Amino acid sequence: MIEFAQQLVNGLSLGAIYALIALGYTMVYGIIKLINFAHGDVMMVGAYVGFFSITLLGTNILAAMLVAMLFCAILGVIIEKVAYRPLRNSTRIAALITAIGVSLFLEYITIFILGPAQKVFPSSAFPITEYHIAGISILNKNIFVFISAVVLMLILQYIIKWTKTGKAMRAVSLDMEAAVLMGISVDKTISITFAIGSALAAAAGVMVGVYYNTINPLMGIIPGLKAFVAAVLGGIGIIPGAMVGGFVMGLLETMVSGYGNSMYRDAVAFGVLILILLIKPTGLFGKNTGEKV
Amino acid sequence: MLAVKEIDVYYGAIHALKNLSLDVEQGSIVTLIGANGAGKTTALKTISGILRPSSGAVLYKGKDITKTAPENIVALGISQVPEGRRVFQTMSVLENLEMGAYLRSNKKEIQKDMENVFARFPRLKERRKQEAGTLSGGEQQMLAIGRALMAQPELLLMDEPSMGLAPLLVKEIFDIIKDINSRGTTILLVEQNANMALSIADKAYVIETGEIVLEGSAEQLLKSEEVKKAYLGG
Repeated sequence: MIEFAQQLVNGLSLGAIYALIALGYTMVYGIIKLINFAHGDVMMVGAYVGFFSITLLGTNILAAMLVAMLFCAILGVIIEKVAYRPLRNSTRIAALITAIGVSLFLEYITIFILGPAQKVFPSSAFPITEYHIAGISILNKNIFVFISAVVLMLILQYIIKWTKTGKAMRAVSLDMEAAVLMGISVDKTISITFAIGSALAAAAGVMVGVYYNTINPLMGIIPGLKAFVAAVLGGIGIIPGAMVGGFVMGLLETMVSGYGNSMYRDAVAFGVLILILLIKPTGLFGKNTGEKV
Repeated sequence: MLAVKEIDVYYGAIHALKNLSLDVEQGSIVTLIGANGAGKTTALKTISGILRPSSGAVLYKGKDITKTAPENIVALGISQVPEGRRVFQTMSVLENLEMGAYLRSNKKEIQKDMENVFARFPRLKERRKQEAGTLSGGEQQMLAIGRALMAQPELLLMDEPSMGLAPLLVKEIFDIIKDINSRGTTILLVEQNANMALSIADKAYVIETGEIVLEGSAEQLLKSEEVKKAYLGG
């Protein structure tokens, strides 16, 4: 039982990270029907910006997260403008292939500039403390990751549900042409979506840095793919689905590592993708909506 | 108020509108009638700026809006009730109406107009918290009209508001259109239901395969043999 609770604690913080990344996938898919395979790499860039913010600018971890979020929000907007917007009216496969190209570009430009070696996230920025509660070891980094992720998700929910911008985002994702007829600028709304999604990924990147201690230019690939599975699991395009999917993937991974064989954790993650596509391709929260006449 | 001047619109290789011109006078109801696929919706989308003509011009209050972005055209006072209603299905009735007022910022006035819409469509008030997708077809049409009115349009473009509705509802919708017009909003109405459209319109155009083949006062067209044969079932 204690072992299970321990895995639960670990899984929740990992899941929170996956959930944050999955949100960006699902928001972008919801609005332009593109699986943005460069999203994991934006997370990686966020981790590096956070790293340099701490080492070069000497900021604390929260400020580093904010700097990373701001940087990646701008990066996301630029990626969309340069790479995806010109393809808005071409086939979806063209945009998808471009996304893979952007992904490779971010990975290898980072290697080109900073070298392929991993960097150790400065431990001084986040001294580790361990708490023991009822026999369970809880690290302050687990608490930090979980709480900051939940706070970001609450802010996102607030934006989507209550602000004019959030409502416009929903309107554009539901019916782009009708949204245009309301006077909503589709380009602007898509830019905002990329900015928000990329900022969340950047926050996740800094969290990964804190969580795993090391960062490297290819660190975005596997968490990015797992977050993609999380988004599909929850129902791609559905925001609460991405959150739940993220936590499910995080818990599954730690449980498989804890109880089974950690060698299988990636296999299980992608096994989930195969299963969900076979059994319920619309995901846990997805439903087939019919049109009313 | 609105002058469409000799526009040609293409969908890829398809010549959807051929040298089409029409005039809408301030305060009037003008109808564009024609069969399915004749180019009615294309004409409205071109006026809204969603489609671009390859030649010709769209003038609104004397200003060339041919190349104006659709969101800026809405800002100029042209609002549209799109074909098939196109309400935002998983957003509430209230949120749909708020989207209609997207470009406005005076909260007090928006609230006042919201009350006006609810006064006109009490059913929408009852269901204001409900998702638009759960409304009946007629209610969705009312929502689409209410949403367009929230933009405070001077010119309202309506694309087949009677489509798929029971005859009694069709009558109600047309009464509403007349009422909106009587309060000062100019209306360009696209319809397949020629009889109804001509009965409320001042002026009418008949479109066939992208071309205007007939135009005149609604009265004239109601009496025209060609129109009777082709569109009025007699």
